[in-house]
Formats: sequence, C-alpha cells, structure tokens
Amino acid sequence: MIYIKAFLFAGFICALAELLLSTTKLKPGHITSLFVVIGAFLELFNIYDILIKHFGAGAMVLITSFGHLLAQGAFLKTKTDGLLGLLTGSFTFTTAGITSTIIFSFIFALLFKPKN
Amino acid sequence: MNLKKYQEICKENTPKENIFKKTIISFIVGGLIGLIGQLLIKVYLSFNSFSYTDACNLMMITLIFFSCFFTALGFFDDLVTKCGAGLFLPITGFAHATVSSAMEYRKEGLVFGIGSNIFKMSGSVILYGVVSSYICALIKYLGG
Repeated sequence: MIYIKAFLFAGFICALAELLLSTTKLKPGHITSLFVVIGAFLELFNIYDILIKHFGAGAMVLITSFGHLLAQGAFLKTKTDGLLGLLTGSFTFTTAGITSTIIFSFIFALLFKPKN
Repeated sequence: MNLKKYQEICKENTPKENIFKKTIISFIVGGLIGLIGQLLIKVYLSFNSFSYTDACNLMMITLIFFSCFFTALGFFDDLVTKCGAGLFLPITGFAHATVSSAMEYRKEGLVFGIGSNIFKMSGSVILYGVVSSYICALIKYLGG
C-alpha cells in the first residue's frame, strides 16, 4: 500500500510542477527553488513529517524534503544550542545528499567528457 | 510581408505543447521515482545492520549516484527534457544540474572551471533552502 501512496504523491507533486512550468513563464530553476521554500515553510506546522509518515519515499525524494530537512535541522539544534543552533544545525540531516552530490559530480566530471 | 502577417505565420508554425500529455508523463515518471525510492528503502532495511534513517539516506545517495552516472554517460539530458518535472523536481534533478555544470566547465580548469561553476545551476536551491529554512526555524524558535 505504501508503494501506491508513494507513487501517487510523488507523481501528483511532479504533475503540479509540470503544470506550473507549462502554464507560466517560470523556468525549472524557479520551480525547484519555489518548492524548496515551500518545503521549508511546511516545517513551521510540522506538516512535512506527517507527509513523510503517510507517503514514505514519495515525500522524501522530492526537493521539498530538502527544505524540510534544512529547517528541521536548524530548529532541532536550537533546543540544545539556543539561537546559535540556527547556524550550527542547518545541514545536520542534508549532509548525505549534498556531500554525495558534490563527490559524485566531481569524480564524474573528471572521468567523463561531455558529449557535445 | 508586413509584421502582422509574419507574426501570424509564426504563431501557426510554433509547435503546440501538449500540456495534458506532459503532465501525465511527469506524473508517471515522478511517481516511479517515489516508488523506486520506497523499494530501495525496503531493500536496505532487509540488511539488518541499517536503521530506518540510514536506509533513507542510502536511498537518497543511490538515487543521486545513478542520476550523476547517467548524466555522465550522456543520456540523462534527453530524459530530463522529455520527462520535465518528473525528473527535475525529485533529488535526481538537483544531482543532474550539479554534475552537468561540473562537466560543462571542466575544460576551463579545476579551480575556475569546476570549482567556480559546480553550483551554477543548482546553487539557487541551496541558497533559498538555507535562507528560507533559517527564517522558518527562527520563527518557530521565537514562537516556542
């Protein structure tokens, strides 16, 4: 059941983004930035945790979860560090994604040549 | 030929984008990415040594790896053009944007090529993610 839910949720959000892309003048860059901001602000009301609980990876693979994890990392750190936690905690949960992206990109850029 | 007529001809010959078809494609492709993610979590959880958080992180890393690898091989660009939001909205799009700008600027050197331009296309995601999450966490902190 969780597989169907994950499929439907991820598909629905992607379809929404595609509709935005086709009907407005926004570029893919605008849309990804917009969805990250939306993800961060959904964290204000703890909505994204509920989404992940219900839709599993369907909510996790989207770029919105990046914003959610950044906000969650910053907020959870304020519980131990106070205001300083906003600056020390941001990347707590997103390190895996960002670091692996940088490492893989660097390696592949060294190994492969672009086709055109 | 006057300008009005030219514009009419232009309008007639511009290929009409079929919004409905594109949306359906995005729905299916995006959904498949979510489904693959869920399957990967299950696979990683079946190794007993990983906790749920580890499995989620590994799922992300796997998706990022394959996105980078396919971009490096050269056929992911066409896929992203065809599938639209289905591929650029999930984490695969972030990885694709990063690795394609890294590869594109490789010839300009290691520091001023790759180093300066690796986040050329995906940097906005990090910037607005960090700024908005800072504001959001601040509001949440002050609000108790």
